[in-house]
Amino acid sequence: MPTAVTTKLSPHLKRLEAESISIIREVAAAFRNPVMLYSIGKDSGVMLHLAMKAFAPGKPPFPLLHVDTTWKFRDMIEFRDRIAREYGLDLLVHVNEEGLRRGISPITSGSALHTQVMKTEALKQALDKYGFDAAFGGARRDEEKSRAKERIFSFRSAGHGWDPRNQRPELWNLYNTRIRQGESIRVFPLSNWTEFDVWDYVLAENLPVVPLYFARPRPVVRRSGTWIMVDDDRLPLNPGEQPEMRWVRFRTLGCYPLSGAVESRAETLPEIIAEMRAARTSERQGRLIDTDEEASMEKKKREGYF
Amino acid sequence: MDTNAYAVEQSTRGLLRFLTCGSVDDGKSTLIGRLLHDSQQIMEDTLSALEKESRRHGTTGEEIDFALLVDGLEAERQQGITIDVAYRFFNTPRRSFIVADTPGHEQYTRNMATGASNSDLAIILIDARKGVLTQTKRHSYICSLLGIRHVVVAVNKIDLVGFSQEVFERIAGDYLSFAASLGFRSIVPIPISARYGDNVTTRSGNMPWYRGTTLVSHLETVDVEGDAAARPFRFPVQWVNRPSLDFRGFSGTIASGRVAVGDRVVVAASGKASQVTRIVTADGDLPEAGAGEAVTLVLADEIDIARGDLLCPPAARPAVADQFAAHLLWMDEEALLPGRQYLMRIGNLWTPCSVTAIKHGIDVNTLEHQPARQVELNGIAFCNLSTAQPVPFDPYEENRATGAFILVDRFTNRTAGAGMIAFPLRRATNIHHESTLVDKAARAALLGQRPVVLWFTGLSGSGKSTIAKLVEQALHRAGRLTYTLDGDNVRHGLNRDLGFTDADRVENIRRIGEVAKLFADAGVMVLCSFISPFRAERQMVRELLEPGEFLEIFVDTPIEECMRRDPKGLYAKAKSGAIPNFTGIDSPYEAPEAPEITLRTLGTTPEALAQEVLRQLRERRHPV
Repeated sequence: MPTAVTTKLSPHLKRLEAESISIIREVAAAFRNPVMLYSIGKDSGVMLHLAMKAFAPGKPPFPLLHVDTTWKFRDMIEFRDRIAREYGLDLLVHVNEEGLRRGISPITSGSALHTQVMKTEALKQALDKYGFDAAFGGARRDEEKSRAKERIFSFRSAGHGWDPRNQRPELWNLYNTRIRQGESIRVFPLSNWTEFDVWDYVLAENLPVVPLYFARPRPVVRRSGTWIMVDDDRLPLNPGEQPEMRWVRFRTLGCYPLSGAVESRAETLPEIIAEMRAARTSERQGRLIDTDEEASMEKKKREGYF
Repeated sequence: MDTNAYAVEQSTRGLLRFLTCGSVDDGKSTLIGRLLHDSQQIMEDTLSALEKESRRHGTTGEEIDFALLVDGLEAERQQGITIDVAYRFFNTPRRSFIVADTPGHEQYTRNMATGASNSDLAIILIDARKGVLTQTKRHSYICSLLGIRHVVVAVNKIDLVGFSQEVFERIAGDYLSFAASLGFRSIVPIPISARYGDNVTTRSGNMPWYRGTTLVSHLETVDVEGDAAARPFRFPVQWVNRPSLDFRGFSGTIASGRVAVGDRVVVAASGKASQVTRIVTADGDLPEAGAGEAVTLVLADEIDIARGDLLCPPAARPAVADQFAAHLLWMDEEALLPGRQYLMRIGNLWTPCSVTAIKHGIDVNTLEHQPARQVELNGIAFCNLSTAQPVPFDPYEENRATGAFILVDRFTNRTAGAGMIAFPLRRATNIHHESTLVDKAARAALLGQRPVVLWFTGLSGSGKSTIAKLVEQALHRAGRLTYTLDGDNVRHGLNRDLGFTDADRVENIRRIGEVAKLFADAGVMVLCSFISPFRAERQMVRELLEPGEFLEIFVDTPIEECMRRDPKGLYAKAKSGAIPNFTGIDSPYEAPEAPEITLRTLGTTPEALAQEVLRQLRERRHPV
């Protein structure tokens, strides 16, 4: 793991780091078969780094799981495999093969169905397949307003459903980790981090992130008011549409046809942070899947989405 | 701002966790929306989505309804109320903040307590038109109970009373006199308009008479630093880190105090002592560490330490007791019943626990004490508790981290209660279980039998007693020493003082369980025949006994058949209303989920069923 600490952590980041480490240790101590969802993004990267810290000088006693839709950026997959290798951790990759056979894709099926089948259903398949009783996710409460309501240890029924109106009260740091056979807990160690905190931490700890976060000239097309990168030849071009090279970067990463880029010249972490401090739009704005309908995140979460 | 200046600022600011509470419609969510907006945390796309939603669900006409920003659940936005606590984050150049926006409705009090448990300050909103309400008092009391010592009284909607100084001063005075007994260290009243921003971030030009601070300025400067670092060292062991034979460390988060390499520490419960040789972190060893830091301690000696243990200094140890008094906030739909067993989590320790007595309930609206036999959802009571093993703790007033616990329902696993320990009732070190040479095995050997408790459960009239009598006769003929406990010999003596409320039914079974245990300890084969309608109590009796000693026998007769038989005419009376709380009529029966023996009585005879019980006993190698 990276050890060259360039900046001393602020008291604020130290406090967040300690809280997250405590949450991660709790899961290892209380559950029989936990797993850490690894989505390759900056939040996952921070969570993974915290897991490495939590068990030092040992290693995290759980594997990583990546739910692959087969539409991730090529840079992401390369980065994923490199990280798993460097950290020396087991990486499980799950693809909803049945969804592939049915020809589900973000291009032809639309983002809602694609997300439902290739992310939500796929995640449930993987959790059932391995019998995981606890799953870490890198979601933060500041991302979205239904997330702001979620517990750090968030109970899921045997069908992976979330009942937002009937959550277990979560007092102090006395987490209720008790479940019955078939039920599970989703755990969010970064609940109290903000997007700024994550970037400040990446900078302070000198963590590797996918190069897509940094501005480079990339082939893009203009769609729905955002820039979509032509990452491979599966993206059908509309009549008259011509990819052009522009300086862009991504604030969040996902399936490339659903991830909008912003125009930017920020090529380094300090430049990214400086740009964010001046920005007036939220990071999820680039995500096409959240705006399908009002309260769409809550709906997806009730169905089992992370 | 350039990044260097930013880094400096980052390193100097502290964090304040606070909650907003108060009555419904006092404007809690609006205030948070205002704070986020004024500190420029709301981005353009969020704002335009908010404008769209305000027109659809909002209550502010054409203006932006900030409440919709924090009411994140669909049901909340549709009903225009806050159901669950939401956490929001903002910062000013001087401090970062985590805000818990908590619900005002009484039915969601548990969610309000959730928000209060991690906060250091409360903003209590009061509608200037309404003044101090019962909900204001309830929330203030809960904040005080959960250890919050700093309060801002935000007299909101001051614009709607013409920015009146007189109204503000009257409300502030009312609140101060009410809150005098709640132990707050600071109470700061501020007149505000969350909707228009008066005295929130900027001073209001509408209230020249007000000379105090703005809300944000107060939040930025208020000193809530608990003395966590000054209190004695407490380290709840969370995880034993043993990656290889060469390393054995104890991971956890320091709950209070400081620890340095070379310090002597003891395990609170066992008194075993050692010395800290290393404080390990992923970023290298530390010479010392303090409250809030997540570290791994390495000790000089190989002493027995497990998750759940508490490390402390030899000279400043916590109390260790298996009986103590605590305030309990009940959070489950199913009422707290004294005697029922729950699982307690305190620190990292889980242990079975029950309430042995409710000293008094507390009316949260008047703060008056009142007698109570059970504690309902959102109720607060002062109770005596008993745990299955001695637990280390400090009084909650002295240490929030080591004095708090939760209770979990054993069957549903719901978080049922939150507790704050007041004081120990007796020291565990004073309890000595006499170990006698003549023990259970010796007594059973004398009788040539193995003790067992045959627990017949089922509806009234299902045939429990009839079958139990036949089984007992057969055992007696076979030369076995037996004893039967049933309603006839228990209700008239030992449990004469108990009725048929849920609380009394629990206590009834608890006492019977303890008596059955004593008989089993004497080597006797015990037959118990009780409706015993609740799974939790049957489970409790099961756990009093050794594995294999408790056989749950479900006498399964449909209620229609029981009513038809009605040997004592009880169903007829219950239906006419003459007997309240009758199992199967107006009180539930929870059928066993995995009984050792199920006897279906329809289409067979009591004799055949008694033979089935004997067959099962032989199968378990009882000489009968």
